[in-house]
Amino acid sequence: MDSHNHENCVIHTEDLTKIYDGGAFPVRAVNDVHLHIEKGEFTTLVGPSGSGKTTLLNLIGGLDQPTQGKVWVKDVDISTLSKSQLIDFRLHNIGFVFQAYNLIPVLTARENIEFVMLLQKRSKAERKKRVFQLLREIGMEDKINHRPAQLSGGQQQRVAVARALASKPQFVLADEPTANLDSKTAKNLLDTMVKLNEEEHITFIFSTHDQRVMDRARRVITLVDGAIASDELKEEQHIIIG
Amino acid sequence: MLFIIAWKNIWRNKTRSLVVIISVMLGLWMGAFLLSYIFGMIDQRLKDAIGNEISHLQIHHPKHSDDHDPQYFIPKSRQLIADLEKNDSVKILSGRVLVDGMVASPAKSLGARIIGINVKKEDQLTQFAKNIVEGEFLKDSDKNKIIIGRKLADKLKVKLRNKVVLTFQDHEANIVAGAFRIKGIFKSYNSTLENNNLYVTASDLSNLLDISGEIHEIAILLNEADHVDPFVSQLRADYESLSIEGWKELAPELGLMIESLDQYMIIFLTIILLAISFGIVNTMLMAVLERVREIGMLMAIGMNSIRLFMMIFLETLLLVLVASPIGLLLAHFTISYLGEHGMDLSGIYQEGYASYGFKPIIYPKLETVYYLRIMVLVMITAVLASIYPAISAIRLDPVKAIRKI
Repeated sequence: MDSHNHENCVIHTEDLTKIYDGGAFPVRAVNDVHLHIEKGEFTTLVGPSGSGKTTLLNLIGGLDQPTQGKVWVKDVDISTLSKSQLIDFRLHNIGFVFQAYNLIPVLTARENIEFVMLLQKRSKAERKKRVFQLLREIGMEDKINHRPAQLSGGQQQRVAVARALASKPQFVLADEPTANLDSKTAKNLLDTMVKLNEEEHITFIFSTHDQRVMDRARRVITLVDGAIASDELKEEQHIIIG
Repeated sequence: MLFIIAWKNIWRNKTRSLVVIISVMLGLWMGAFLLSYIFGMIDQRLKDAIGNEISHLQIHHPKHSDDHDPQYFIPKSRQLIADLEKNDSVKILSGRVLVDGMVASPAKSLGARIIGINVKKEDQLTQFAKNIVEGEFLKDSDKNKIIIGRKLADKLKVKLRNKVVLTFQDHEANIVAGAFRIKGIFKSYNSTLENNNLYVTASDLSNLLDISGEIHEIAILLNEADHVDPFVSQLRADYESLSIEGWKELAPELGLMIESLDQYMIIFLTIILLAISFGIVNTMLMAVLERVREIGMLMAIGMNSIRLFMMIFLETLLLVLVASPIGLLLAHFTISYLGEHGMDLSGIYQEGYASYGFKPIIYPKLETVYYLRIMVLVMITAVLASIYPAISAIRLDPVKAIRKI
């Protein structure tokens, strides 16, 4: 049985390579990465700028196509999916949190969270229930009708986390989620994510430069020149069995 | 939700959206008004031509159209008129005696068309009396009285109650002449009529032509304007030896104008809609380029190409849907007001219009169906104008788009 077929395996990559065509000097952004992430992990990808963190995150998230190798999410090889299949796959399986929050500025916090469920064609009752549940979990029930411009950076990022979770994804990919936040706000956001990980067993994978995130992560994968230089398990993860 | 987002998106940049809305609104307003102006002008000319000049149809001797020789009068015209007067489709008809000749005053001689009319019937048919600006209209009992156009009178340097001499050939090609006293002077918005036509009683003219009681032309007005073509066909079948022509054949330039109305509409609207569509494409493209990162995020979280396309399309459609009713309502109010009160262009264009037979006061009109057609064409324009910006959006690479500053 392949390792990616393991019941708890959420992400599995094999020989994953991404080469950007730079003319005479092609750039090997991700180099032969073998990675195995299980359900409930709270993992960070760290490394210097240009080490391939974001590219690896994009490949895992199906936003980019590998030059070589495979990416399995659960039992689906997403490297073989077409562009439209990938969009549909992302909608139902992957949550994204971006560095710049990227909320829809014309929608309220509630509508931003609800939007992804509308794309999934969930019922109104289900949407309403989930939105309130998520707002409660991120501690923003009182900001339900606020637009992004009326929220602080930390509040916007918490709404972005709730939006990422709204679709009930297999895992959440967060690209430098604390980069634009001050220390206190970043700590609050991380507290929220850790809580969701511990209580809801949500799988989080971060790319980050932020020591605060690294300190809270239980698994730290260090990338250098696109390859895994180290893979450190700091403590026992909340991996779900069965 | 897409609809709500699209609606909210168009108000992100209020100034830009308002500029597009106002430009679409103005384009439609002006476009609809321009059409109504043309339609009103043509409709007015048509009504004048049919009501005051040529009527719905005319009957002549078949050779009369080619050669206005007075010998080509309508055979058995009394019986024909009696038959036609019994026909339910006929509203009014009048027989005319026609001859081309010379009119002479002490100052000048000029060519003219002399028309002998049955005064009562002619007035019912063409309401000619209302054109008299000096003196009076003829009576059937008048002897050697004449009605002359203002312009022709000026050229001949004659006034009311002066005498003019008419000279022409009779039906046997003898030169005959008669002196006529000017009883009335008429003005017409059709300068050709005012320059060329002279009106005398039919009995005076037929006596001079020695064709007692015969006529060269029967002008007929029908009860229903739409029945002209079938009525002409029926008459042609019944009276094969006569020349029977509807107004489109008698005044082909009018027929052409009517036939060209739809083409005018297409040409004008195409120009206006092209201008509008470039404005829309420009605005929507800017809206897309301004939101590259957001669109990248939407694609990343699972918004597919169809939904993205629909969102851009809805934004375009909503801009046009806001603008179109306002533009068309403004057009409707303008057209209704000016259709009732008229646009008086007599100060600047009177001579120009008169030379083509148009009145200088235009009453714009536009049928409801044209408002609907314009609306449909604008919707089609919106659909077409949204394609390029929408394709630009769905072609974005989410990875690059999300990183766009």
